[in-house]
Amino acid sequence: MSQYLLIESRDSFEFGDVAYLHDLARGLAKEGHAVTLFLVQNGVLPARPSAQSERLTRLARGGVEVLADDFSLKERGISAGSLADGVRAAPIERVVDLLAEGSTRAIWH
Amino acid sequence: MAKILSIVESAYRATLEEQDDTVLWFNHMLANAGVELAVLLRGNAVNYLSRGQEVGELTFGSAGLGNPPKLGEDVAALKARGKVPVYYVEEDARERGLEGSGLVEAGPVSRAELPRFVAGYDRVFHW
Amino acid sequence: MSTITILSMDAPYESANSTTALRIVDAAIRKGHNVNVFAYEGAVSYTLTTQKPHQNPVKGTSVEEERHPTTKDWVAGLLAAAGEKGVKLDWVRCGLCEDERGAFDQVPGTRRGGPADFVKQVAASDNVLVIPTK
Repeated sequence: MSQYLLIESRDSFEFGDVAYLHDLARGLAKEGHAVTLFLVQNGVLPARPSAQSERLTRLARGGVEVLADDFSLKERGISAGSLADGVRAAPIERVVDLLAEGSTRAIWH
Repeated sequence: MAKILSIVESAYRATLEEQDDTVLWFNHMLANAGVELAVLLRGNAVNYLSRGQEVGELTFGSAGLGNPPKLGEDVAALKARGKVPVYYVEEDARERGLEGSGLVEAGPVSRAELPRFVAGYDRVFHW
Repeated sequence: MSTITILSMDAPYESANSTTALRIVDAAIRKGHNVNVFAYEGAVSYTLTTQKPHQNPVKGTSVEEERHPTTKDWVAGLLAAAGEKGVKLDWVRCGLCEDERGAFDQVPGTRRGGPADFVKQVAASDNVLVIPTK
């Protein structure tokens, strides 16, 4: 089984296509792979508890590690301490650490 | 080198200014360099499989397009001689009214199959 | 120590992608990794030496008061940081992309190349991240 890093830069308020990456994350996790969904830029907007954040919580419950870039959160005034259930703030260094593990398959959306 | 899957979803982005789709072009160049590569078209990029794509006349003053992009042919050229297998997400095509003989031939992959399909490659370049 | 290759496509000042790409490069250098960057399409403009900072008439600030580095300064900073850290930052700019954009005056320490260089970078890397443009 493999490690996947899926980076979502778009938010689900503006882009319906975010569902595709969520489905891929869910499907890979179901197949037994380790999956990290790293939200960055406007991709962190649904991490604030809202109508859209439930999708992220469901992904987390389904075994996907859901992280939100702490820099992007702060830039948007989203408190790292009050994110949707299952979503954790993380530094960009986490992306680097996963990339540095050469076996990680990395996708930017 | 690793077996690479290029997932192409961007479509018709600056293709007239470039007289090419620069993502398809780049993947041609990777294949020419001997990279083991497959291409999966998804989202609006499935329309690159549509037959009958044609760029009409485009001129600004006396400056016109010398060599308009022929994106369906570019996709077919990727496949030619077994160079690069080309696949597409079949629901994305169907949702856009693209089916059957209206399509350049390529390998359908269903959304349900996508995770397993992606997992068959060592690296994924997402365009 | 690993080697990470990043392909970036966005021009500066048009999207958040370009800043995030630089943040990843910066974090990788700080952690002691080698980094390859392939600047494709609009990303060849990150490193134009003809960039000039400007004053801000809305804020009423002068050029000096704005203290606004342009992206070429950021990349030059990253090249210097890599040198100080003893790691390699190989910044390759797509030559054909430069040609059609007239993007000729480029930061020293970066180099002109093409897809064959990206292939070499990938072959020599532990991992690759393609950051596409929309």
